[in-house]
Amino acid sequence: MIPVEYYLTVAALLFVIGIFGIFLNRKNVIVILMSIELMLLAVNINFVAFSTHLNDLAGQVFTLFILTVAAAEAAIGLAILVCFFRVRGTIAVEDINVMKG
Amino acid sequence: MISTDINIVLPEITLAVFSMAALMVAVYGGKDKLAGLMIWVTSGVMCALGLWIAFWEPGTTTAFNGSFVNDGYARFAKVVILFGSAMMLLLSQDYLEKNKLLKFEFPILIALATLGMMLMVSAGDLMALYMGLELQSLALYVVASFRRDSIRSTEAGLKYFVLGALSSGLLLYGASLVYGFSGTTNFAGISETIHDGKLGLGMLFGLVFLSVGMGFKVSAAPFHMWTPDVYEGSPTPVTGFFATAPKVAAAGLFGRVVHDAFGGAITDWQQIIAFLSFVSMFLGSIAAIGQTNIKRLMAYSSIAHMGFALLGLSSGTQEGVQALLIYMAIYVTMNIGVFAFILNMERDGQPITDIKSLGLYSRVEPIRAAALAALMFSLAGIPPLVGFFGKLYVLKAAVNAGLSWLAISAVIASVIGAFYYLRIIYFMYFGTEVERMTGKMPLLHKLALYGATLIMLLGSINLFGIEAIAADAAASLFK
Repeated sequence: MIPVEYYLTVAALLFVIGIFGIFLNRKNVIVILMSIELMLLAVNINFVAFSTHLNDLAGQVFTLFILTVAAAEAAIGLAILVCFFRVRGTIAVEDINVMKG
Repeated sequence: MISTDINIVLPEITLAVFSMAALMVAVYGGKDKLAGLMIWVTSGVMCALGLWIAFWEPGTTTAFNGSFVNDGYARFAKVVILFGSAMMLLLSQDYLEKNKLLKFEFPILIALATLGMMLMVSAGDLMALYMGLELQSLALYVVASFRRDSIRSTEAGLKYFVLGALSSGLLLYGASLVYGFSGTTNFAGISETIHDGKLGLGMLFGLVFLSVGMGFKVSAAPFHMWTPDVYEGSPTPVTGFFATAPKVAAAGLFGRVVHDAFGGAITDWQQIIAFLSFVSMFLGSIAAIGQTNIKRLMAYSSIAHMGFALLGLSSGTQEGVQALLIYMAIYVTMNIGVFAFILNMERDGQPITDIKSLGLYSRVEPIRAAALAALMFSLAGIPPLVGFFGKLYVLKAAVNAGLSWLAISAVIASVIGAFYYLRIIYFMYFGTEVERMTGKMPLLHKLALYGATLIMLLGSINLFGIEAIAADAAASLFK
């Protein structure tokens, strides 16, 4: 039996990699979408680990919801990206700069 | 059993079924030809639901094992959300038509976003919270990039999507920690695990992550960076929509989570919210000074206003929640009026957003300029307009809760913030003559603008009795 802390550590690492992927990446918006997925999957590992640790099903139900929503989110993200690419002709992160904020 | 549950969520189910039916009718029917009619029908449904919820029998009921809570607090927020959404939807029609954006998806997306907001303020469980939040966010990402052929609009949508997804991820991570360390996703269950006002380390981390996620959604500084760009880039009716109903929903959700789930550990989240509130008020007030685009300016204004709303929440008392509700209701009313004006800023059919183009507007349209001036005074919080009373309640709650330092900073921030509201009035009355804005203001927009102005002027007598309603609503959060 692997203790729950191991899973939490892996999930935390993946989550942090996901966040850094969003902020450090200067190349491509697709990488940002991948980082977002990574974050959500890290959360899923957390939920499933806690769920088995607590012997409670709610965490796994939550995971299924997250998976579903993540799929919808990725679809919308890609759709917006396609629209952006059509008018801008590029998806490099440094070119998303028409408005300064 | 299930039928009582369904009776409790009937308004939400009605809206969900309506949006899906409307989608089917539009797809197989006349498509975009139906869009104008669809906007009116959707607004009508929202208003009917708003009335239905407003006259709901008092009391607290829960459905689906406590994951959906229908109490006075949720109903107050829902009524504001529904009427705010319906109003902004009606106002958007004219602008969408002029800019060839009148598509049938728009009212349906707004209806779905509104449904998400209703679920958010009623959430009694982390799962319900997440599903409501995502339903709202996903619909809003799409409407932000609604003008598909514009770089600005798609860029706004993309930025909103990336930062919104990031914030959802942070919120979820917090939710997973809270679940792991309390053993339940139910708010009532979570609050039972908190003993003598102390949170364990895991729960505390969970709370911080949840607050960061919700801070993004209410656009509180330092998580505000998406707000100005998204407000500027989105089509103006969408900007107006962002500035009204979703803010109420996010603030309502924030209040719900900290009181229902973490009500036993007020001192822990009080610091977080006080910090968010302090930074938002100052950042919103100072950063708005240099803005020349009125949509960007309204973005910073909304950051500052959310700071004030969170000031009410940070007091952690029933009075504070009441102040938050009053503040949000007033804020939505003011913004509807202001955006009814901004939607009509155009020259030769081209929308303009530069505030300098308001130069000496009072000579062109004296009544309209006076109405906007009154709304700006109200936004700045100058007595005797209603905007002042919103700030008064919030400050009173903070002082009574012993947060005098925060209340004093709030007054200073509000004085700084008054500068940019007054600057707009200065441009209108003493600015330099510029090329005039053209275009006729539709009757509905006039009604919204003058109606909001009248409410701001006349409401100072008794706030239309909203104080007592908000007090009841706040009391339902403190059983």
